[in-house]
Formats: sequence, structure tokens, C-alpha cells
Amino acid sequence: MNLKPETFQRIDEVITHYPTKRSATLPLLHLIQEDAGHISDEAITWIAQKLELQPINVLEVVTFYPMFRRAPIGRRHIKVCRTLSCALSGGYKTCETFEKEFCTHRGEISPDGEVTIEFVECLASCGTAPVVLIDETLHEKVDVTKAKQLSDQIKAEAAVRK
Amino acid sequence: MSAPAQQRIIFQHIDEPGYSNDIECYLRNGGYEVLKKAVTQKPEDLREEVKKSGLRGRGGAGFPCGFKWSLVDRKSGKPIYLIVNADESEPGTFKDRYIMHQDPHQLIEGTMISCFANDVKQAYIYIRGEMPEGARILEKAIAEARAKNLVGPNILGTGYSCEIYVHRGAGAYICGEETGLIESLEGKRANPRIKPPYFPAVLGLYQCPTIVNNVETLCHVKYIVEHGAAEYTKIGTPGNTGTRIFCVSGHVQRPGYYEFPAGTITMGQLLNDVCGGPLPGRTFKAVIPGGSSAKILRFGERFKGKRKVGAEMVDYDWAVEDVPMDFDSLAMIGSMGGSGGVIVMDDTVNMVEALANINAFYSHESCGQCTPCREGSLWMKKISSRMVHGDARPEDGALLKSVADQIPGRTICAFGEACSWPTQSFIAKFKNEFDGYSEVKKALPAERRVLV
Repeated sequence: MNLKPETFQRIDEVITHYPTKRSATLPLLHLIQEDAGHISDEAITWIAQKLELQPINVLEVVTFYPMFRRAPIGRRHIKVCRTLSCALSGGYKTCETFEKEFCTHRGEISPDGEVTIEFVECLASCGTAPVVLIDETLHEKVDVTKAKQLSDQIKAEAAVRK
Repeated sequence: MSAPAQQRIIFQHIDEPGYSNDIECYLRNGGYEVLKKAVTQKPEDLREEVKKSGLRGRGGAGFPCGFKWSLVDRKSGKPIYLIVNADESEPGTFKDRYIMHQDPHQLIEGTMISCFANDVKQAYIYIRGEMPEGARILEKAIAEARAKNLVGPNILGTGYSCEIYVHRGAGAYICGEETGLIESLEGKRANPRIKPPYFPAVLGLYQCPTIVNNVETLCHVKYIVEHGAAEYTKIGTPGNTGTRIFCVSGHVQRPGYYEFPAGTITMGQLLNDVCGGPLPGRTFKAVIPGGSSAKILRFGERFKGKRKVGAEMVDYDWAVEDVPMDFDSLAMIGSMGGSGGVIVMDDTVNMVEALANINAFYSHESCGQCTPCREGSLWMKKISSRMVHGDARPEDGALLKSVADQIPGRTICAFGEACSWPTQSFIAKFKNEFDGYSEVKKALPAERRVLV
């Protein structure tokens, strides 16, 4: 497995949190996904060996939990809440705005490779609906105007990198 | 009658200017004094105090916390685990988020007191995957508390040791169900376990006795140990002691979180006086009182019956606005207080479309191990989505109801009930909207708000 040295360190540390190694399955998947971007076949066999499990024990966990992905995504991950309170406050419009701004459709990588937009279920911030999680930061009351602002910001950051 | 004043015992410092989530700020505000007091007491006395307080779990079921603790098998010789259920995932609920982000040490202190009271040496905080920032804040807070000898080995020189670790979920709603959560913490799919015969209090995490408590519940424990059960029971009403935090979302002027003595505020006071009433030019149509699985209430319907007040039976005749927001009253009128997530819908909402949104959620979140739930939730989603996006037929309401009626009571966990109650209650209360949707749909503006 090709991972950063600190990821290996954190993996070894987190395993000590539990009396059985298998409990570290989710933490390891999180750490590897954060480092490598997605969960490859190689990662699954590697985790299985590390935790003394069969690869199927890891694969069945990966396919069960919505946050783990088997393929790469765009540089930024935009998760728009789809559930009732956000929908009542215009969550679908918010999602469409992001799709238009990046010329893409939910679930796909935008043509410039910059973002992947996804609809997700309740993000537990219903009082400030509609909400959007961009990478690890929660944005509240994201109406069409704010969605455009956030999109511009992402585009500006991308331009600086280029 | 205007609404009573808020009484913030759990949300005391939430949104307070200048209040930060580091340990220095918490200590300046008297933090960890209750833990210092608690570790000088006998664990069984602390447990008795919690039992006397009448504290009911704030995760959704309202199960008495002291009673839950009394079920723990203390004779097995196996370690006892405590898990903090921070998988806040019932749509409409967003209270635990603020405790963890803004006042994490309150949770850690409550957790440590509860661990000491139950002779727990290892606790886990199971936080939902969608709160990466919350997980980081908690990890930092635990490290700060450890550095001050408030978590970890030999706490405050008492010889008592207890460790807390944060464990992140990965986007599955079912992890809020306690046995699903335990499976997930063991590194597996979060398929809930069959119970009875064995409950987590006897055979839980790693087949050891386990306590699973909600974030807010543990904060209440801290308050109870600080002020005593007698003081605590003075807040609220008998059987519904302490405060309740309501999370109001949807179509009101001021959505947000509000903490009141339990049972002292009615739905009408909460929505009209506290939350400012409906949006301009609109009227309230329906409200879900306790998270999206709670049965919906229709404005205009009346609830009649007899209820116990003190020792007497009294007749009641309530409109939705008159219903007291406590566990028992909401159960009495056929819904539930649940997690305190109040979702409000006004007259611009079409109920078929709102139900289609909820059904899509439950179909996505079913763990899939019980056929009635896995297939039933999927069919309810398919039928209601077809009504909205394709052809709606007059008999669809009856079809949805027949699917919903075949799920509850036939599944391992309460998800079966949770996914069928919305469909059952929407159709019972808004039958004409379902029957006439095919006609109504033609007249709906094309540019309307999309819900599914």
C-alpha cells in the first residue's frame, strides 16, 4: 500500500483503541480514503491482512456504508442535503445550481475534474436549511445565491492552483 | 396564553458570545467540578440519584435512563462498556451537533460521571461520519481532559481509570439504533440484532454488558449529579422531568433549537410564540413532532379522550396547537415526542410530494436484513416517486397503505415501524390529497418547489 507515513502511523495507533482488531475496520477505511481518495481492491486486501480478516469482511463493510467509495471523485466533494427539511427550504434548487455552475450531474466528476456533486441524506442541521457539506466544512442556508458564491470561490481556488 | 420562558440547562452556553470549546473556557465556567464531586461518592448512590430523577433518554425512545442502567449485568465479571450515541441522524434533529461542536467538555464530563457510576473502564463516542469537524473537536477535547487527568488512568488520584475514544460512522442512519451501532463499532455492517432475549445491558459490545446513551442524556446526568434528583424533578412535569430541547425546522419564521421545561409548552406556543408563526401570507398545514418517522399531525384535526391529571381522569379536547410537547401527551394522540425534531409544513406543500421525499430517505437507509422492511420501503418509495414523476392513479393511496401495513411488527428492529408510520399517517390524514393527486397534479405550477 502506498500511503503517507503519517497515515501508517495513525493506522497503527487506532488499532490499539479496540480489544479486537476487527473494530478498526471503519477507522482504517476512513484513514485510507482520506489519503488515497477512494477504496481500491488493493486497500481491501491490505486492510484484511492488517486486521486478520478475510477480504469479504472488509468489502461488505465498504458496500454497506454510503461514505465509502470504490472510485475516484473530483478534487472537491460537494454534498447537498436532500432530506425533508432541506427540500422544504429549496435543497433541490441548491443542488441544481451547483450542477449548472460546474456543468455536471450529481454523482459524476465535473469535466474539469474539480468537483463531484452528490445528494446525501440528512446532515443534522435542519434549522439552517438548506445545508451543504463541502469536503469537511458545513455551509448553512445555502440558497441559489450562496450556492453561486460558493461555486465561484471553488473556481477561484482552482484557478490559483493552475 | 403566551409561551413559558426558555430554561437552558443543557444549552446554557450554546451561542454565548466569547464561549469557546476549549478546556480553559470550560474550567473558567465551573467545568469538571461535578466530576470531582462525583468520584468521591459511591457509584451505586449516583445510579440511585439518576433513577430518582426520572430522566428519560433523549435519543428518541424516551426510555428511563436509571432503569436502563439498573439492567446492566454487573455479576458477569466481564468489562462494562459505555457508548455515547452521537449518531444524530433522525431527520429534523440537530441538537447534539451544537453540544459537540460548541460545548464538548459538557459531554465528556457527563460521560465520565456516567462511566464512574457504572464502573465502566472504556467508553466510545460513536459520532456520525458526516460530522468530521465534530469528531476532531471531541478528540481534541478528550486530549485536553486527559492532560488534566480528567480522562485516562488514575483519574484525579482516585485509582479509577477510564478511557474515551471517538469512533466515526460512515453515513448509515441505522447506526443510531443501538444494536446496529454496536455491530458497526465491532467493524461490521450495522445490521441490528434480534432482541429479546439478550439486550445490550447483558450482551452488548464484544458480548459484554453495554450501556448506550444519547449525547443529551449524558449531559442531563451531569446536571442531575450537580443539583440532585430532587431539584431536577422540580423542572418539567411528573413523568417528563427535566428540560427538552426542540429542534424546529421547515416553514416557520424562526427555525432553530429551544430548550424548555418538559411538558410545559404546547405545540401552538412553540410554533407561534417562540418560532414566530408561519411565513408571511402562509398558514400551517401539518407538523411532524418528533423526527421524520413520527406520525404527522394535521392542523385542523382534534384529539379527544381521557387523560390522567394527578389522580383524576380528565377529558381533553385538543387542537394540534393545544397538545403539550411531552413524551406522554404526544404518544396519547398517536404520534411521538421522539428526538424532539419538529418539522413544519405550510399550505404550499403537497403531501404526496412530502411523503415521497421521506420514503426516499427510508428506502435509502434500510439495512436490508429483513425482507418486509427492505422491500417494503423500496416499494413505498417507488410508488410515491412514480406518483410525482409519472402516472398517479386514484388507487395509489390504498396501495401505499397496504404496503406500509405489512411492515411493522415483522422486522428485527424499530426501523420497520419508523419507515411505515409516515406513509400510514400521511394517508390517514391527507387521504383526499392522495386520491385526487392525479387531477391536482395537472393544476400544480410547473415552477413549484421540488421535494423529490
